[in-house]
Amino acid sequence: MKNSISKQLIGDRDVEKIVGQLLRFGVITASLVVLLGGILFLIQNGAGTRPDYHIFKGEQDSYITFEGIFMGLFTFKPMAIIQFGVLLLIITPIMRIVFSLFAFMLEKDKLYVIITLIVLGIILASTFGGLKV
Amino acid sequence: MSILTFTLILILGAYLAGLVGSLTGLGGGVVVIPLLTLVFHVDIRYAIGAALLASIANSSGAASAYIKEGITNIRLGMFLEIATTLGAVLGALIAIYTPTNTIAILFGCVLLFSAAMTLRKKNQEALTEGSQLSAVLKLNSSYPTAAGPVNYKLRNVGAGFSIMTVAGVMSGLLGIGSGALKVLAMDTAMKIPFKVSTTTSNFMIGVTAAASAVVYLQRGYMDPGIAFPVVLGVLGGAFTGAKLLTHINPSTLRIIFCIAITFVALEMIYNGYHHQF
Repeated sequence: MKNSISKQLIGDRDVEKIVGQLLRFGVITASLVVLLGGILFLIQNGAGTRPDYHIFKGEQDSYITFEGIFMGLFTFKPMAIIQFGVLLLIITPIMRIVFSLFAFMLEKDKLYVIITLIVLGIILASTFGGLKV
Repeated sequence: MSILTFTLILILGAYLAGLVGSLTGLGGGVVVIPLLTLVFHVDIRYAIGAALLASIANSSGAASAYIKEGITNIRLGMFLEIATTLGAVLGALIAIYTPTNTIAILFGCVLLFSAAMTLRKKNQEALTEGSQLSAVLKLNSSYPTAAGPVNYKLRNVGAGFSIMTVAGVMSGLLGIGSGALKVLAMDTAMKIPFKVSTTTSNFMIGVTAAASAVVYLQRGYMDPGIAFPVVLGVLGGAFTGAKLLTHINPSTLRIIFCIAITFVALEMIYNGYHHQF
């Protein structure tokens, strides 16, 4: 009896709906942050000449590490705000996996808890695994 | 060219890329790379970084709509994401040792293949007999149609998983969603009805792209000055495309765009062959 109630509370369709809302929320938030950073960036640098993107230099440390981006964010640097939005965009599908993990746990679907953990593990390993070459 | 002009032209270009990507079903990311490299002469590495972001934005935006309709098979997506994320990380690693011209040629080939896949005959039928593995993994499901829910089962899970790994490698190496390869795995190998394979593929692209995006971000491939117009433009274009799709039948448009994309692909291969990247 108790089991059937909990199943009704969090059915597959509800989980799917929340996953959908989570994705939409993430994309909207990320684009608003990118838009804000972009407008500030254009106000400050719009008149300057376009950097030579033909030659690949790679970004400075302050825009490729979590610390760098957060530091820039608190000093209100437009480029760092854009990168923060970029980070939010990348995190959105990862958060979707974390949410699915909880959902499968509540459903007591052990097989899919393991499968989700593997996917999450691969992404986290590539994030923190020192793949920065 | 001033930064302001460059940004405005790029927003417009990215908007069109998002529109074409959504109308053809190829995704915005795949159109962004030739736009940036051939039109704006941006280094292909920056282009890959921007295309990955466009793929994530596109996938997450569109997936939220499809999930609401209940067509996406979330368990299937999650299971196959093991293959695509593993492939994507591997692809991002291989990318360091791959010359940019080789990447451009490979990209052209994948683009040709994707355009051909868009025009192919689609699998509409639902299997009633699935393989044992598909039952063990709880991959069989149903999806809603106008005539009520349709149950479907699938087979060749191993083959589908293998193709997904290749799709992941391509995604990590080229910065694209590899939607065409994903659909090939689900549609042709696993015999999943077309609607389910397309939406589930779209659902998976975000996670696959995120797995390699974290590597590319840390490697400095993501330039804020390019990311900002591309993300906003592609999202706007994809949004317009989705609205248009409910009003028009895109089959003629799709053929025209696919021919155009074939020329773009040949140009990428030609330039790569002549070491223009």
